[in-house]
Amino acid sequence: MASVAAFYLLAAVVLAAAAGVVFKRNLVHSALLLAVTFIGVAGLYILLAADFLAAVQLLVYNGAVAVIVVIGVMLTQKGDMKNSNPPNRMGRGLLVVVVLLAAGMLAAVLTTKWPVVAQPPPGETAGAIAGLLLGEFAIAFEAAAVLLLAAMIGAIILARGGENRGSHRT
Amino acid sequence: MAAIGLEHYLTVAALLFCLGVYGLLTKRNLVAILMSIELMLNAVNLNMVAFSRFITPDAFVGQLFAVFTITVAAAEVAVGLALIFSIYRDRATTSTEELDWMKW
Repeated sequence: MASVAAFYLLAAVVLAAAAGVVFKRNLVHSALLLAVTFIGVAGLYILLAADFLAAVQLLVYNGAVAVIVVIGVMLTQKGDMKNSNPPNRMGRGLLVVVVLLAAGMLAAVLTTKWPVVAQPPPGETAGAIAGLLLGEFAIAFEAAAVLLLAAMIGAIILARGGENRGSHRT
Repeated sequence: MAAIGLEHYLTVAALLFCLGVYGLLTKRNLVAILMSIELMLNAVNLNMVAFSRFITPDAFVGQLFAVFTITVAAAEVAVGLALIFSIYRDRATTSTEELDWMKW
């Protein structure tokens, strides 16, 4: 079945790229592999019949977040990139902790009896999400808009520095 | 090969989340730490979309929550990087090992 093969391929791409983000020692490689991870997750969304979310994932994560992260790498690294992303001293011990965490989560996932309903995937999702966003969740929608505005203003003010910087000191 | 069920997606998301946790705790560079947080947020989104598809296929609330998570993640990465720029301007470093002046 094509979708089964596509799932395993996308899962392998996502996990390999995410491992690259974490284990690569060159920060530029990490940033580019982060974009690969986002694209793989968008593919998984398509397999899950969430076409609108796949588009949002590509637009917001690849179009905005990945690019902002790359700009962040560009503006804050100087000199050689070869060893720009080293792990700290806790690496070995934390690997044990994280493997235990993964084992616990996988045990929970595999032993829980999920109330799965066998139902064909919805054909179209954007209309239904729009109806929820502007209906039942309208207040949350507006709050998210205010949050984005506040974050944008805050980011601009933080990134350009305090008011005692620059030529127009007040 | 068996058909892909909810558990498959949850497994991928759990592993992705654990990779994010590992990166979050072991990275020295602030930008790399932000990347790890993005990995964890993606894992959570994948979980919610999978639950939405397999448990409540006609309610769409899981997908809606994923939309809100993506919104908050975008805001978080913008503010986070602005903070990193601000720190970098003051201290000329983005290494967590050198940002320890509140430690005693």
